[in-house]
Amino acid sequence: MSPGAALRIREMVKKEFRQLLRDPRTRAIIFVSPIIQLLMFGYAVNTDIRHTPTFVVDHDGSADSRQLIDAFVASGYFDVVGRSGRPADLVYALDHGQALLGLEIPLHFARDLAVGRASVQIILDGTESNSATVAQGYAQRIVQRFALSRVAAAGTVPSGGVDLRARAWYNPNLESRVYNVPAVIGMLIMLMCLLLTALAVVRERELGTLDQLRVSPLSPTELMLGKTLPVAVVGLIDLAAVTLLAILWFDIPMRGAPHVMLIAAVLYILAGLAIGLLISTVSRTQQEAFMSMFLFFQPAIILSGFFYPIESMPTVFQWITLLNPVRHFLEIVRAVFLKDAGVLSLWPQYLALLLLAAVVLRVAVVRFPRSMAG
Amino acid sequence: MNWTRLLAVSRKEMLQIRRDARSLYLAFILPLVLLLLFGYAITFDIKDIRLAVLDESRSAASRELVASFESSGYFTVVEYLGRRSEADAVLERGRARLVLVIPPGYAADVATGRPAEVQALLDGADANTATIAQNYADAIVAGHSTRIVRAGRSTGLPIRAETRVWYNETLESRNMIVPGLVAVIMSIIAAMLTALTIAREWERGTMEQLAATPVHRLEIILGKLAPYVGIGLFDVALATGVGLLVFGVPFRGDVLLLAVMTLMFLLGALGLGIFISAAMKSQILATQVAMLATFLPALLLSGFIFAIEPMPLVLKGISRIVPARYYVTVTKGIFLKGVGIDVLLVDGIAMVVFAAVGLALAIRVFRKEIA
Repeated sequence: MSPGAALRIREMVKKEFRQLLRDPRTRAIIFVSPIIQLLMFGYAVNTDIRHTPTFVVDHDGSADSRQLIDAFVASGYFDVVGRSGRPADLVYALDHGQALLGLEIPLHFARDLAVGRASVQIILDGTESNSATVAQGYAQRIVQRFALSRVAAAGTVPSGGVDLRARAWYNPNLESRVYNVPAVIGMLIMLMCLLLTALAVVRERELGTLDQLRVSPLSPTELMLGKTLPVAVVGLIDLAAVTLLAILWFDIPMRGAPHVMLIAAVLYILAGLAIGLLISTVSRTQQEAFMSMFLFFQPAIILSGFFYPIESMPTVFQWITLLNPVRHFLEIVRAVFLKDAGVLSLWPQYLALLLLAAVVLRVAVVRFPRSMAG
Repeated sequence: MNWTRLLAVSRKEMLQIRRDARSLYLAFILPLVLLLLFGYAITFDIKDIRLAVLDESRSAASRELVASFESSGYFTVVEYLGRRSEADAVLERGRARLVLVIPPGYAADVATGRPAEVQALLDGADANTATIAQNYADAIVAGHSTRIVRAGRSTGLPIRAETRVWYNETLESRNMIVPGLVAVIMSIIAAMLTALTIAREWERGTMEQLAATPVHRLEIILGKLAPYVGIGLFDVALATGVGLLVFGVPFRGDVLLLAVMTLMFLLGALGLGIFISAAMKSQILATQVAMLATFLPALLLSGFIFAIEPMPLVLKGISRIVPARYYVTVTKGIFLKGVGIDVLLVDGIAMVVFAAVGLALAIRVFRKEIA
């Protein structure tokens, strides 16, 4: 690179920074909005099923039935929001969404229990199939434990049988936040890179200021560098801010070394900028750029393993996810946060990020000068 | 208010949308892509969980237990481990999510009727999948255990829990996602498209021209809204049609009620989009604010995917002013529960209020700006 080019790029970067940071509202969007989003996601994306509102219809009203209900409450998974003797009230509560689970204990429950063939009915609101599946598992386990304790109390310990002892590693309390917050970081950084490059370039084209830059002595490559470097810096600052927030505010343990994540972040931001530039070359208006960006971003998040495990997807979609930089970055971030993974064990993900960034950047670099002229 | 002028503004906006044909295509393609992705790729029905087995018993009894896991359909055995230390690596590398450890004395315990114990080591990093995997493992072991006990002499546990699921009998995640997705799609379309419409006029300097015409601001707002209401309603119909025909999602309620509620929701969301657009005057800012103010709440705080009950109080409070929350209740209620206006009255009123507030905000900020 000639000294002249370095100087030109430096001036361009300065100009871009000034443009980015001049408007207080833009500053707020760049630095405050990721923090708001992390807070929102951190609290809202909570797939732990606790305090499920439960409606109880106890036809028996015996000491035994009350003890079973107590077992539900004591577990912490269920909150009794209403009781009644009429099944119609249960229907009402589920229809109106006041309860997600109904527990119906039939008449003669205590009597049947004594002779060993009692039954209870659990009714679930399946409109939230995810919560319903988990709640169903908990409810059955509670009934099972209750039954076991009865058998044990009666002295007829069931002979044989198998007991399962489960232990969760990396996240012993199975808190979903520990898994989700690191992923949010990856999502926010991608969004910021896309928005700032794609929309900013198209905007200059719309306003005609790109033409001014075109007739300046800057070469297209210098122009691209000048446009993207400030965004990369902003991306890294945002990354540092939200990572700190995740550790300090949400108490997410950071078990790995920061440099493992930093290397990945640089590659990831590079990929994000390249995709942003590519979108800018195929969009004439900001609205188009925005819609195109969304058309990439939404599927990228859905197919990243953020909310839904990739292995449960159909095979075709599992292949598609290999082309998704968000997937590889999330794998690295989660491994660094939760498992203290090192650079060496993550080489496939690094390599994938590097390849994706290189290929998209190459296409963008080829297209960019042409789109400027057009 | 003059209908001719209003229609003229609408026609101008429609011409502008048509000229920008790609945005229009995207407005129709985006919902389809989301629907197909959510419908085909995404499933909360966790299956084929990768299972590694450390069988220290190496007996017929232990193989039977592993067979119970495999035949359940929830687990796929990916690896048999030789030593306990290997469990570490398998979980860290993510090769398996669950390691089933069957201790050396297992077969002897089962044969002599002593309570046997097996261990499940879970990769808890993904708490959601781990919880579900644990529940499945629990159920499989319990089922297996009951069979062993029955084969002996005892009669098994004295209580049977009968589970019934309402509204979504097969617990299919598609059935919950499609109605909720309609709301999210609406929020995206409404916010994204309208957020740009007025900011664009400001950036291009055509707003002064528009202000100089005799068109009243109410006519500008409503005129600009009309085409987007059309796009939005079409998108809802499209999403509903694909949901019913392709994904077989049940539709148990009243179509007319859904249409009316959708219209209310759209008016509020579009009004909010125009308000943001007029207040920000820049397209980049407007899109960012629209994302924060409409799309994210619709995704996170509407009960679409994430249940609202476990959230902290502050977020629960905020969710009350998120229109999408009421709309998701309405779509799920109409699609899956088949309930009518008697149950959805509160949500309906909430959405009328939002429509009024959204439009009022749009008109108010617009007056200030023009002056």
